[in-house]
Order: sequence, then C-alpha cells, then structure tokens
Amino acid sequence: MFDLKGNERIVKRSEKIEDKRVFKSTTDALADVREFVNELALRFGFGDKEVSEITLAVDEACTNVIKHAYKGRPDAEFEVKILATGTAFQIVVRDWGASFRPEEVPLPNIRDKYRKHKAGGLGIFLMKKLMDTVEYKGRDASNEVRLVRYLKNEQKS
Amino acid sequence: MNEFKVLTRESGNAVVMELQGFLDAHTAPDLEKTFSELMSKGKYNIVVNFNALNYISSAGLGVFMAYIDEVRNNNGDIKLASMQQKVFNVFDLLGFPYLYEIYKDQDEALKKFNSR
Repeated sequence: MFDLKGNERIVKRSEKIEDKRVFKSTTDALADVREFVNELALRFGFGDKEVSEITLAVDEACTNVIKHAYKGRPDAEFEVKILATGTAFQIVVRDWGASFRPEEVPLPNIRDKYRKHKAGGLGIFLMKKLMDTVEYKGRDASNEVRLVRYLKNEQKS
Repeated sequence: MNEFKVLTRESGNAVVMELQGFLDAHTAPDLEKTFSELMSKGKYNIVVNFNALNYISSAGLGVFMAYIDEVRNNNGDIKLASMQQKVFNVFDLLGFPYLYEIYKDQDEALKKFNSR
C-alpha cells in the first residue's frame, strides 16, 4: 500500500482467517493442535515469538480439556476454531466434558506450588500471561474457552 | 508427531540429562520416568541440558517441580542449562529463576557440583 506521497507503507496484515478442526481427546493430539495454530498465526502476520506464545496458550487450554474436562477419557472430541479478522486472532476451544470454573482455580503462587509439588493451575496462569483475553463460558452442554491475541503496531506484516 | 527424547550420562559426581524435541502433556511422563529412575538409583546431582529442547508446556515444567524437594532433601540439586530463549521465556514467566539455578552452559552447571 502507498501513502499520498507514493511512499510504500508497511500495513498490518488483515486477511480474514476462519478455520476449524476437531481433535480426539488424547495428549498425542496436542502436536497436531500446535501445528494447526502455528500455521494460521504465522499466516495472520505474527512474529515468531508471538506465534510460539499463542501456540503455547492453546496447548494449555487443550491440555486442560483432555486432563480435566474429559479426565483422560480418550474417546471424546474437542474442537479448535480460529477466527482472525482485523487485528484480532481469536481461538475458541470447545469441549463436551465436565464443566470448568476457572474462578475456582486460584492463580498460583509459584513458591507455594513449588512447596506443594503441584503444577496444576500453571496452565491457566500461562494463558493469562500470554493472551490479551482469556474467557470461559458454558454453552448448552459444552464449555468454551476463548483466547484472543491482538496484532500490535510495532509488529511488521 | 512431535518427538521427545531424554538421554542421560554420568559426568563426575553428577548426571547430565539431555532433553530433545517437544515436552508437553504427552511426553512429560517419559521425563517423569527418567527422574524416578534416577531417584531410585540415589542420583541426586542432576544437570538438565535443554539445548535440543524446542518446546515446553506447563506439563513439562511440572515434572521439575515434582522432584526438586526430594532431590534437595538428599543434598542434591536440579540445575538447568543451555536453554533456547523461547524455552527460557516460559520458565521465566512462571518465576523459575527464583527457584532453580539456570546456567548458560552445561559445563558451568557441572562445575558447581564437582567443586563440592
């Protein structure tokens, strides 16, 4: 794109991306989830660091689904839907397992966790650190976690 | 498929654990198994070399938390070394540098054990 003086400007990528995949509720699906998210986040225009962070946040959300919503049950499914438009890259992870109330999971104090040998809650903590929005809601018989990360101006397209 | 591998070898009075590939909820049990084998052999001086580790999620971080007390109660330590920046960032976000010694390279970490 050019401005009025004919100088080339760097503009944000704002290609609309919409895609959805369904995965089996086993931990070996996590590598496929990461590959799916990684590819679309790169295409949307995020840099390597942001892509790794978004991918990690989605991995954590899906790990929670596999371990907690489905409690290790391998025959269930969850859905990862990506809708990226404007500067917002949005991922919705949906499952049909046990409902999850994140307000019941306190943000971990790392020293406490360390003393108690527990890693639970670290995933949610990471998601909140890595994403601009983390939102849980129940919908019909399903649970959804919605993660959003925005393209920032200083990133080049 | 993202692979994960753990290789261990003795070096002086310590064990070097070299991690390769992707450490997530799927592969964390492999790392747990290695730690638990070292515990049963009474090996408590451990240096973890992260040089070839491309990815870590909280499931992987949890393994280090699970064993640190047992290791330190036996006068040992888990020292971390040679992390790629993106892996270090995850440790850093969770405050690990306050709880674990993290070194630029493996030999520096080994020296700390060998000088004891």
